[in-house]
Amino acid sequence: MNIHEYQAKALLKGYGAPVAEGVAIFSADEAEAAAKQLPGPLYVVKSQIHAGGRGKGKFKELGPDAKGGVRLAFSIDEAKAHAAEMLGNTLVTKQTGPAGKQVNRLYIEDGADIERELYLSLLVDRTVGQVAFVVSTEGGMDIEAVAEETPEKIVTVAIDPQAGVTADDLAKLNGALKLEGDAAKDGEKLFPILYKAFVEKDMALLEVNPLIVMKNGRLRVLDAKVSFDNNALFRHPEVVELRDLSEEDEKEIEASKHDLAYVALDGNIGCMVNGAGLAMATMDIIKLYGAEPANFLDVGGGASKEKVTAAFKIITADPAVKGILVNIFGGIMKCDVIAEGVVAAVKEVGLKVPLVVRLEGTNVALGKKIINESGLDVIAADDLDDAAQKIVKAVKGS
Amino acid sequence: MSILIDKNTKILVQGLTGKTGTFHTEQALAYHGTKMVGGIHPKKGGSTWEGSNGEKLPIFASVADGKAETGANASVIYVPPAGAADAIIEAIEAEIELIVCITEGIPVADMIRAKAILDKSKSRLIGPNCPGVMTPDECKIGIMPGNIFKKGSVGILSRSGTLTYEAVFQTTNEGLGQSSAVGIGGDPVKGTEFIDILDLYLDDPETESIIMIGEIGGSAEEDASAWLIEQAKKGRKKPMAGFIAGRTAPAGRTMGHAGAVISGGKGGAEDKIKAMEAAGIRVSPSPARLGKTLVEVLKG
Repeated sequence: MNIHEYQAKALLKGYGAPVAEGVAIFSADEAEAAAKQLPGPLYVVKSQIHAGGRGKGKFKELGPDAKGGVRLAFSIDEAKAHAAEMLGNTLVTKQTGPAGKQVNRLYIEDGADIERELYLSLLVDRTVGQVAFVVSTEGGMDIEAVAEETPEKIVTVAIDPQAGVTADDLAKLNGALKLEGDAAKDGEKLFPILYKAFVEKDMALLEVNPLIVMKNGRLRVLDAKVSFDNNALFRHPEVVELRDLSEEDEKEIEASKHDLAYVALDGNIGCMVNGAGLAMATMDIIKLYGAEPANFLDVGGGASKEKVTAAFKIITADPAVKGILVNIFGGIMKCDVIAEGVVAAVKEVGLKVPLVVRLEGTNVALGKKIINESGLDVIAADDLDDAAQKIVKAVKGS
Repeated sequence: MSILIDKNTKILVQGLTGKTGTFHTEQALAYHGTKMVGGIHPKKGGSTWEGSNGEKLPIFASVADGKAETGANASVIYVPPAGAADAIIEAIEAEIELIVCITEGIPVADMIRAKAILDKSKSRLIGPNCPGVMTPDECKIGIMPGNIFKKGSVGILSRSGTLTYEAVFQTTNEGLGQSSAVGIGGDPVKGTEFIDILDLYLDDPETESIIMIGEIGGSAEEDASAWLIEQAKKGRKKPMAGFIAGRTAPAGRTMGHAGAVISGGKGGAEDKIKAMEAAGIRVSPSPARLGKTLVEVLKG
């Protein structure tokens, strides 16, 4: 789960991290009051969407010469004018895709005098199974480009979970970021704060890009991007409250209510599969036969009939879907449960497109029997190859 | 021979009394008499578990008690996500040799805590979020469907559960059968990586060829490929076929498995396929041709 920059900053501020003063607004009328709360004379007006590249992004509705999704203002009036121009319009960035994302929230922040821009993030380093800091002196820009062109400028410091952030770790981080004097002292305070926030809140990613050294020699968190481990949300109701549903696909929201792993895609073959690996492989084989999947959907292990029915309804509700492939290799998932769920869903919402079903594994005979006796117009498939060919043919023929 | 488990492996079940634990324990008992020796429940120690066909197993209050009473050397975990890491830690502290954690959806922070303890122990952990380990006709730990297996010569290892089944099913249909099959799991922090299992398969005389199935995210496939190249230089080499799931997955989106995400341009399928091919693994473009691809490799 992702949250907005302003929410991330409020959270980090709660842990004692140095962040600028700022106010989130939802309509242009609020801009003046918001800016007046800040010291000025420099303000930054920042689009709040769950995608990076906002500064270089362009608003669809404005001309190509209009300013981007993060703007400087040198007066309250200018901040107001920016807010009026940005709110409600669609920001297209490197990460949003061509459709862009509507900007419904802005964050107006106190400006800072920047001396140096650094990069800092925390993530789970899976090669060692520990939380790691990833830092670079090359902040404020695309870290992927830095990794590609000058990988030696990126330093990773993994943290032993039993020892926490040690003096040795702090020295390494300060050294890698070339922090001295007040900035180094700020670093020694900030790094353990960020680690604590990451661990206590079960974050999956905490990215500060840039972390800045100001002209006065102090450190400040200038941008913050946080995403959380979905598997740990059950113990953080306060985090769940920060969720912004307008940032998510409607079908994905519906899927998450039923605890289904669903990702909307651009094709026309709806897929219902058990297991993430097989679900990805099913997408791959559809593409191999010249068609495109409409979604990734893993019903997971041990799904109930109700969950399968909900999954099937989400797929059929997508108007782009011209055919459905159910591909199940039961282990923990039982084929008869899948069959019952599919039959129940079809009886409830009808079936207007071809449906290919491939069942294998736990309780397969029972599953096939339920499908056969249901009287539904189902195209049965023997194996994965057969299933993929049949659904692609059915969709292309229609 | 086989790897990790055989007909002498004695298994405790953590989370036996739940629905999932019960169903799969019944299946294991029915599979060539896999030696399931007891279940663990902190509040139900001394009671007896009963399966739907009248099977009976003793329940112990702790893994340590269960091990002392039964001589168990393995444990399988079906405990729900919130308590699963503690179940792993309990098994490590009881010095269980092989711990297999099936549970899906464990918070990563919990696994980091468990792994720190695991790394200082003698236990081996398979998973979490995995289908388990099978040695055909001898022992079934976990949730793999037993009916698709056939005793044979192919060693199978995979990050994905259901793709493990595909590889098993297809090698059975080709008449090759399996020496063992191991699903290492789809989470970013896990007990066992590809290299650990490849090492066992290269040593196992009954394993004549190997199928390795990876997926997008992380660099385990690249690491394994580099390791295989080193081993080949020492003369340790077996014919291999492979597959990478997620060729068509969009960047930046997590594909079901917490570990399956292409982030920052890393962890994409094409790099993994290239690395595996450089290590002499023939990578099938289709998940439906795993068995056939291996047959082609074996024909030379």
